[in-house]
Amino acid sequence: MEQPSSHLKIKRTGDVSVVEFADRKILEELSIQEISDELRGLAESDVGAQLLLNFENVDHLASAALGMLITLHKRVQEHNGTLKLSNINRQIFQVFKITRLNRVFDIHDTAEQALASFGNV
Amino acid sequence: MKVPSDFGVDDADFVNVTVPSDLRKLREPEARIMTELKRCGYDQDTVFAIKLAFEEAVTNAVKHGNANDRSKLIHLRYYVDPQRVVLMVRDEGPGFHPDGVPDPTADENLERPSGRGLMLMHSYMTKVLYSRAGNEVWLLKESPSAPGTGTSSRDANSNVG
Repeated sequence: MEQPSSHLKIKRTGDVSVVEFADRKILEELSIQEISDELRGLAESDVGAQLLLNFENVDHLASAALGMLITLHKRVQEHNGTLKLSNINRQIFQVFKITRLNRVFDIHDTAEQALASFGNV
Repeated sequence: MKVPSDFGVDDADFVNVTVPSDLRKLREPEARIMTELKRCGYDQDTVFAIKLAFEEAVTNAVKHGNANDRSKLIHLRYYVDPQRVVLMVRDEGPGFHPDGVPDPTADENLERPSGRGLMLMHSYMTKVLYSRAGNEVWLLKESPSAPGTGTSSRDANSNVG
């Protein structure tokens, strides 16, 4: 039986799958593929999947993680779903700004704000 | 290749480390560099910047330079003092042309899944210099509080023989 990834914590809040990262230094090269596989499963599990990635525990990431997020974003869109990000700290957000990816992703300050924007209050 | 002369460090003052092409083997030298940064009192933003740039450089060396071939080696050199940090990463691959990497922030490239590592290195470091072959990169980060440092300059890729 396949063991679930230990890198992610996933819970449902209404119709939204809320994902938190278990590692502080997430998205390092060694774990990105496993995380990517698990998130892709979520994106493809339902038509119109609503996915929130909460970066609260994240204080570091590799550029390959940005690529993974982009691929995930496209996959969610292909399945008519919605992807949002939240709780990105100042340093990580700077990486998004430098790469202009803050314009690609729907980023919210808090998970509560992000959830409200899905239409779940 | 010796340390670029404008990096302000003697070639003999570096710590030299050689590891196989395995990102897990690079954790220990990275941890030692981080310990030195904290010992020299670098702030969190500078530590973040150096960690990011170092990891991009070694990931490129392992994945692209050495093509994940564990029989090939990664050669590291590092120097840390309160005024500056200098890192060198060299792989045993054929090299590449840094100028040939497309701008990942251009509209047409924004949603490509790869190609941001070099740009991030340039954004976070004071200087980034490649050897002529392209399989060796030197990174300089000047302390924000060192005398004479102002807005960090972002040098374009340079080929240094």
